[in-house]
Amino acid sequence: MENSSIIKIEKLVKRFPVGKTEFTALNDISVSFGAGEFAGLVGPSGSGKTTLLNIMGSLDSPSEGDVDVLGRSVSSLSHKQSAKLRNHHIGFIFQTYNLLPVYTVYENVEFALLLQKLSGSERKKAVMDSLEWVGLTDKVKSRPSMLSGGECQRVAIARSMVKRPEIVLADEPTANLDSKNSHNILQTMKNLNRELKTTFIFATHDEKVMQYLNRIIFLEDGKIVKDNLINDSKN
Amino acid sequence: MIKFLIKGILRDKSRSLLPVIVVATGVFLTVFMSGFLKGIFNDIAELNAKFNTGHVKIMTRAYAENKDQVPNDLALMDVKKLLSQLKIDYPDMEWVKRIHTGGLIDVPDSFGETRGQGQTIVTAIDMLSPGTHEVERMNIKKSIAKGSLPVKQGEALISDEFAERFGVSLGDKVTLFGSTMNGSMMFNIFVVSGTLRFGNTILDRGAIFMDIRDAQLALDMDDAASEILGYFKVGVYDDIKAQQLQASFNTKYSLKDDEFSPQMFRLVEQEGLGDYLKLANSAGTIMVFIFVIAMSIVLWNTGLLGGLRRYSEFGVRLALGEEKKHIYKTTIYEAMLIGIIGSVIGTGMGLGAAYYMQTYGLDVSSITSNIGMMLPSVYRAEVTPSLFYLGFFPGVIATVLGSALAGFAIYKRKTSQLFHELEV
Repeated sequence: MENSSIIKIEKLVKRFPVGKTEFTALNDISVSFGAGEFAGLVGPSGSGKTTLLNIMGSLDSPSEGDVDVLGRSVSSLSHKQSAKLRNHHIGFIFQTYNLLPVYTVYENVEFALLLQKLSGSERKKAVMDSLEWVGLTDKVKSRPSMLSGGECQRVAIARSMVKRPEIVLADEPTANLDSKNSHNILQTMKNLNRELKTTFIFATHDEKVMQYLNRIIFLEDGKIVKDNLINDSKN
Repeated sequence: MIKFLIKGILRDKSRSLLPVIVVATGVFLTVFMSGFLKGIFNDIAELNAKFNTGHVKIMTRAYAENKDQVPNDLALMDVKKLLSQLKIDYPDMEWVKRIHTGGLIDVPDSFGETRGQGQTIVTAIDMLSPGTHEVERMNIKKSIAKGSLPVKQGEALISDEFAERFGVSLGDKVTLFGSTMNGSMMFNIFVVSGTLRFGNTILDRGAIFMDIRDAQLALDMDDAASEILGYFKVGVYDDIKAQQLQASFNTKYSLKDDEFSPQMFRLVEQEGLGDYLKLANSAGTIMVFIFVIAMSIVLWNTGLLGGLRRYSEFGVRLALGEEKKHIYKTTIYEAMLIGIIGSVIGTGMGLGAAYYMQTYGLDVSSITSNIGMMLPSVYRAEVTPSLFYLGFFPGVIATVLGSALAGFAIYKRKTSQLFHELEV
């Protein structure tokens, strides 16, 4: 664990109603993440990886327990406060990129900043910096349909990083990519993690991703079964 | 953000093109149909005004009460003096006197014996005075089938149908039988200078048009007239001005205890034209209402389809930290923009089509020739200032309403499901 905790989870329980009964997706989870971590939640389908990612991203709230993200208790946040937290402090990377097809690479990345009150020149600088990190400055005017899967995911990374968030949550970011592109993407994220001290938390069961992680938390049936710190992860 | 939305609308044809087409079509139909309906209704009212009611009409109260019988014994007297006074009192109006009467027309053979007889309706107007607008107002020149307008006293025009039925030729002398204003028998011989075909059964069946001076002489109605009609010089009926005029005239000239004193009636008080014009306005309002409802339903569905298509976009925006309320607001802004674009296009198209129909009209003379009602032979649209906004605002409202209804789906999104939804 590096530096102080930016995510602190204690005795988290998450239940979902299933008909007249309830399904417990997460049970008694206690874990913390420090600034600059490059960690992964690993486990089979239904183990609770995405649910945990949701709660850390303030997309969902716990049924029981405390989840503090950057000093804010997720369960006490209003919809507006949750949105603000995501908008300013948390980046998301999806398995299927989810770029807006009618907008250019530049505009897709810029969109995250439109909700913040930044001047045009501030936005431009942030977008170009972000695209430079992912090596796509030559594609600013391209539409997503003109890009490869790897390039699309790099745009998605740039979009998640453009607002310089403290935390990036990525759900199976390499699931749709071939091996070469997966490694490129992971290397890019690793570099960003190192240079900008951004905390990356993945939900994955991809072996390639695990090679890059410096912490792997194994989940099974909604419980943490192992929490491994790895010192010799790639780069 | 607005710039961002505009880019999206312009680039995403399925987001903008279908709604714009729907709105533009709806607005076009509303504007055009409103203009056309208004034109038709006003044409019918104006036709009645020209031939029958005037914009205002002055009769004696006794004549007005029995006007269906055309009781010339109750006609207006001292008409010259009244007309002079009217021209002074109300200079914005054009005043004309008319005489209506019924009678029998007799067509003689070469021996002077009766060859044929038929009932007739006589309309006497000022045909021969210099500067008279009556011939033009009643479209008589264009309605002449054979011959020409009377150029001197003693000449008249008869219906072409009547002339054909009795084999009357131009220059033939025919005799009109009737009764004078005083109730005595009237015989008047006149020369047929031309025949008329209005394309209207009432007028074409047995009408005679003659100069009012001839009618006054024949009916012993010197300085008398069945009625005085007033027309606004601007050419368009204005009920507010007509009410003011009526109030002023009746106060000054109409006496409660004198049934022979003149009384003024507005166009809308005659021949059921008031109800008819109210119906015309209601039809326009109903049409706009139906348009807004229909367009809203169509655009609601379009919005729902758009919402489904943009499901992942809205999801990403929620994940990126945009509030549901903000996304909802932006869909409303988009709808407003699309509504304005569609409404401008639809209004332009509607105005263009209405203007075309105002200029060229739709010739229905072949259909109306056998209809007994007094109907125009050419239907024209009327481009009024209201057409510029009549379709525009409903177009924008319908688009926004449709989008607002469809947009509620945004509030049903659960952020907790975003990862699942966005990774399908």
